[in-house]
Amino acid sequence: MTSLLIKGGRVIDPANKIDKKLDILVENGKIKEVGKGIDAKADETISAEGLIVVPGLIDMHVHLREPGREDKETIRTASKAAAKGGFATIVGMPNTTPDADNQTVIEFVKSKAAKEAIVNVLPVGAITKGRKGKELAEIGELKKTGAVAVSDDGSDVQDANLMRKALEYCRMWNMPVLSHSEDIRLAAGGVMHEGLVSTELGLAGKPAAAEEVMVAREIILSKMVQWPIHFCHVSTKGSVELVRTAKKAEQKVSAETCPHYFALSDKDVRGYNVNAKVNPPLRSKEHVEAVKEGLKDGTIEVIASDHAPHTLVEKFREFDLCENGMVGLETTLPLVLTKLVNEKILSLEDAIAKMSINPAKVLGLDKGTLSKGANADITIIDLNKEEKVDPEKFESKGRNTPFAGMKLKGKAVYTIVKGKVVFSNGNIS
Amino acid sequence: MHPRRQKLWEEIGKWQEDFEDRLIKVIGNRKLPGKNIISIDELSKEDMELVFDCTKLFKEFIIKPDKKINLLKGMSQINFFFEASTRTRVSFELAGKNLSIDTINVSGSGSTIDKKGETLNDVVRTLNAMHADIIILRHAKAGSPEMIAGQINAPVINAGDGWHEHPTQAMLDLYTMLDKRGQIEGLKVALVGDIKHSRVAGSLIRALNKFGVKPHIVGPPTLMPYGMEKVFKCKVFNHLDEAVKGVDIIYALRIQLERAAGGDIPSVREYSKSYCVNQERLALAKFDAIVMHPGPINREVDLKTEIMESDRSAVEAQVENGFALRLALLYLLLGGDRR
Repeated sequence: MTSLLIKGGRVIDPANKIDKKLDILVENGKIKEVGKGIDAKADETISAEGLIVVPGLIDMHVHLREPGREDKETIRTASKAAAKGGFATIVGMPNTTPDADNQTVIEFVKSKAAKEAIVNVLPVGAITKGRKGKELAEIGELKKTGAVAVSDDGSDVQDANLMRKALEYCRMWNMPVLSHSEDIRLAAGGVMHEGLVSTELGLAGKPAAAEEVMVAREIILSKMVQWPIHFCHVSTKGSVELVRTAKKAEQKVSAETCPHYFALSDKDVRGYNVNAKVNPPLRSKEHVEAVKEGLKDGTIEVIASDHAPHTLVEKFREFDLCENGMVGLETTLPLVLTKLVNEKILSLEDAIAKMSINPAKVLGLDKGTLSKGANADITIIDLNKEEKVDPEKFESKGRNTPFAGMKLKGKAVYTIVKGKVVFSNGNIS
Repeated sequence: MHPRRQKLWEEIGKWQEDFEDRLIKVIGNRKLPGKNIISIDELSKEDMELVFDCTKLFKEFIIKPDKKINLLKGMSQINFFFEASTRTRVSFELAGKNLSIDTINVSGSGSTIDKKGETLNDVVRTLNAMHADIIILRHAKAGSPEMIAGQINAPVINAGDGWHEHPTQAMLDLYTMLDKRGQIEGLKVALVGDIKHSRVAGSLIRALNKFGVKPHIVGPPTLMPYGMEKVFKCKVFNHLDEAVKGVDIIYALRIQLERAAGGDIPSVREYSKSYCVNQERLALAKFDAIVMHPGPINREVDLKTEIMESDRSAVEAQVENGFALRLALLYLLLGGDRR
């Protein structure tokens, strides 16, 4: 029997509406007790005086790259980056090589994770075979093997009839569906947001409408089929408004955004900044403001990283030709704390909920709380710790971040997974 | 040597020596702001005026029987052209050669980028290791010149990057306007055609703005970039007749004949009916308005042959001025104190 006592921290557990200075006792990887002045002998004690103790954070949008592109990232390195960033659980997207459109890949990710990962790794399967949008993947088998959702992330199901069938079929298997939301014809050729900056730089733009028409379509299909839809990386004003309206009509939809959609804008692309190339693209100010408003009023209930590591040679080249995406596991929590909590857009409790209980609910996971008996996934945060983003210090193999050099305030100081301290005071164990 | 030739060489030698003195005098203590020419954004009106002053002198030079002058001997110039080009490449190459620079042409096709998958950055670092003194780059991807400029010591001249800019074209166009009209300030200019995919428009609008000129921009909405009037000082029109009313200069752009396939226009036929610069349309402009085009021209689509062949056309003057301007620019970037 191993035990861990976390003493004196401010415990914030949004699911249980707790925000109090409490102690937490962990035994055998489970939460044994949350209370005042717990007086127990434990194998290990963490003094959390002045720190924030929250449910182990969940990042529901991560590109693990393994299998296939281990030069960009592996399940092990992604899990270490997650631990350092305060995430106890990461959810891996299916655009690996081969695609996670079959049980073999899901099994591989699970077994690799069991052997090598230091945080929980949950795989997402593909909606269609090869994520080509032509035929449904074997979603029943994906479910049975342990895929927690399906998504054609990176591309999208362009055929509305197939998407309808996917939603119907997923309803039968109780399988959450994540929508990438991009009309590839409207977005064709685009490498950044279509706006004043794309005109200035002479780059082809993707209009906000390329995302919005798909969000609208998904909402309509989801209503018809009566199965929920979750929107990945929402980046536009129109998308926020569509989701807000659907929620008001009590439709079961959920939405996620990523730090770059509230912390940056298309202006950051100036100078052909390859690290600011991402899909969906960084939008103009009105969209950024709408995303913040959506976070504030709860329209967007999840914050995820869309962690997308790439090799240097894939990023450092002509803007048109470089890969989309940026790493995020090690910067997401500091960005949320700096840009949303410290700037009073979100309360600390809301911010934590969007990275713990809310994604758990979307995916139907028994996670994201500090309830008695729950797995002891716990993140401890120091709100006052200030650090400059230094890609050279990342645990991730990816160095592609537009946040390099930015000073951020607040970060994880401990990450605990099933009772085991996997990250403490800057050290991965 | 025959005494007659001897005498001619002596005259030429004297003229060239004199020419260099005149250049130095015209330049005075002025210089271009940076080592590269990548975007008009980096140049002021005064910087462009410096280029124009030198261009004017080089126009005397290019009609001399001996067009070889020892101003930049021993330097090396690499013309790195990833897209088709006739006038720009030839004029840069001739300009280099006439200034006694050793010039080399590298094209995209047949290069290690095309055949062996080498990255652009790696290739330019290779060229840098050979101590190239200047690189002229044309590339289909916007931002490429800026990217390579960060990798190498030599100056980079952008000879066209994607839909972004083609700064030397804009300067030669402004020089032509100056030459034909006496001054740029106060001119009324209409740009016609495919604005969206035009790096010529990208640089020309920026350059005109520096001289306080707010051009009329006309083309179908499908070929108009987002938010032009917010990004630049210009006025957007869709119908040509309104846009050219009373202008000094009609600047026709090239329509790529494959645009119809992409759905930007229904057909070249319909496009030419709406946007081809013809006599009736030219009659709407000022009585002595001139017509310009960056080339290559689609005759009867961009503009009518009868206009091209008339004295209203400045198309050949643009090419001639472009040659002189590139001589001037190479000298300004590599000559004098910069050497």
